[in-house]
Amino acid sequence: MEEKKDNNLPLGGVIPKGGTAHEYSTGGWRKLRPVLDKNRCTNCLICWVMCPDSAVITEDGKMLGFDMEHCKGCGICAVECPDKVKAIKMEEEAE
Amino acid sequence: MAITMTKGQVGLTGNAAIAYAMKQINPDVCPAYPITPSTAIIEDFSGYVADGAVDTELITVESEHSAMSACIGASAAGARVMTATSSQGLALMWEMLYIASGMRLPIILTDVNRALSAPINIHCDHSDSMGARDSGWIQLYSETVQEAYDNLFQAVRIAEHRKVLLPVMVCLDGFITSHAIENISLIDDAEAKQFVGEYIPRQHLLDTDNPITYGAMSLPENYIEFKHEQSRAIAGSKEVVLEIGKEFGKKFGREYGLFETYRLDDADTAIVILNSAAGTTKVAVDALRKQGMKVGLLRPRLFRPFPFKEITAALKNVKAVGVLDRADSMSGFGGPLFSEVRSALYDLEARPKIISRIYGLGGRDYKVKDAVEVFGELDRIRETGKVETLTKYITL
Ligand code: SF4
Ligand code: SF4
Repeated sequence: MEEKKDNNLPLGGVIPKGGTAHEYSTGGWRKLRPVLDKNRCTNCLICWVMCPDSAVITEDGKMLGFDMEHCKGCGICAVECPDKVKAIKMEEEAE
Repeated sequence: MAITMTKGQVGLTGNAAIAYAMKQINPDVCPAYPITPSTAIIEDFSGYVADGAVDTELITVESEHSAMSACIGASAAGARVMTATSSQGLALMWEMLYIASGMRLPIILTDVNRALSAPINIHCDHSDSMGARDSGWIQLYSETVQEAYDNLFQAVRIAEHRKVLLPVMVCLDGFITSHAIENISLIDDAEAKQFVGEYIPRQHLLDTDNPITYGAMSLPENYIEFKHEQSRAIAGSKEVVLEIGKEFGKKFGREYGLFETYRLDDADTAIVILNSAAGTTKVAVDALRKQGMKVGLLRPRLFRPFPFKEITAALKNVKAVGVLDRADSMSGFGGPLFSEVRSALYDLEARPKIISRIYGLGGRDYKVKDAVEVFGELDRIRETGKVETLTKYITL
């Protein structure tokens, strides 16, 4: 049988380096988008802790907004934002 | 280095011999869930662990699905991993078997062949490992306790070979081989250790300087290429099986090939059969040869990958072949070994006649007279050139 290697695919389907999730857009299937009300936000960063896709952007302990390439619109941040504050609203992506 | 013919013989059951080989190999991790008739392998081996005779981490899991899952995790983390099972245990591992081979993890599993339910039966047949024949595992079958013991060492080398990197299943017959005591030659501890060598994984999850991910998704854009690579690796492993069988022979005096032939060279008719029943068949061959019948035997050792070219070459001058399966494909077209051998012979210009006979399911005895009867049928086919019954059950 004449055989040629297909390409340089890593053996066993292994991803051969770390941090490759950055290169994969998980924001593509978002139906709802989180919208931040900066005036209400207390920078408690609970949303940053809870976001399953590390899509909450922070700097110097401050909540800055969302990484929309990776935010999948699950709404966990909006639910977890403390009741007294409720600084995140989920809005229809279509609107 | 001295070539050792071993230092005397020792009487061991198949299970005890496998456990002893595992002790000599000293794997890093052994996740296990015991099941009849392979239970004594893990029982004996856990004794070695408790006595501190090995460094192995024995993980007592809650099911065989978990056993194979733990094997996969440990192997991905860079460990040399072994386990053993039978029957329903192997069936419960089924989902994970494909993951082990797809991830190219060199896990070693001893399958002590046992029938599958229903009805519940604990005795020997090959339905379990035949059910896993398309799972991407290399499969070695063993006629005797000695061969099962020898196969385990070779399995480690085959699986971990850089051209292969695939899991290997070593099969031996439940009770007939697993529980019968046979005098075997043991390999010296130091030489066993030297033969299997140290396992240096190609890549592993605990290498934090080079982080990798195992078990990622692969969609239509490259899944087929991964499978193509895997398919080539298992096809190519045949050469490695031969190479290591030769090396084993040089070192320990017992050489292994892809299959064994017995008085086949000038044979008019032949039986093709796996594992312990080959021994019974050889007795029949000797008896019939004394009466002047030119009969022979071919016993595949490597079933996955299937050495179709070599088997075809070995059978090309035979007039009639009986393939005896200790498993039924439930296809209405004979057993799995029959399908493969028949398909391999198709490429010959002048093909032998070939029949399928299913024998010994659920531990039913297969006796010398059964083999003699099949040879009788084959002789009639040789004379008349006609196959009257293509597939049927014997030993009923
Ligand atoms: S909607 Fe979900 S994914 Fe997006 S930022 Fe909030 S928690 Fe993260
Ligand atoms: S959880 Fe609410 S209040 Fe806390 S940082 Fe996030 S948006 Fe601001």
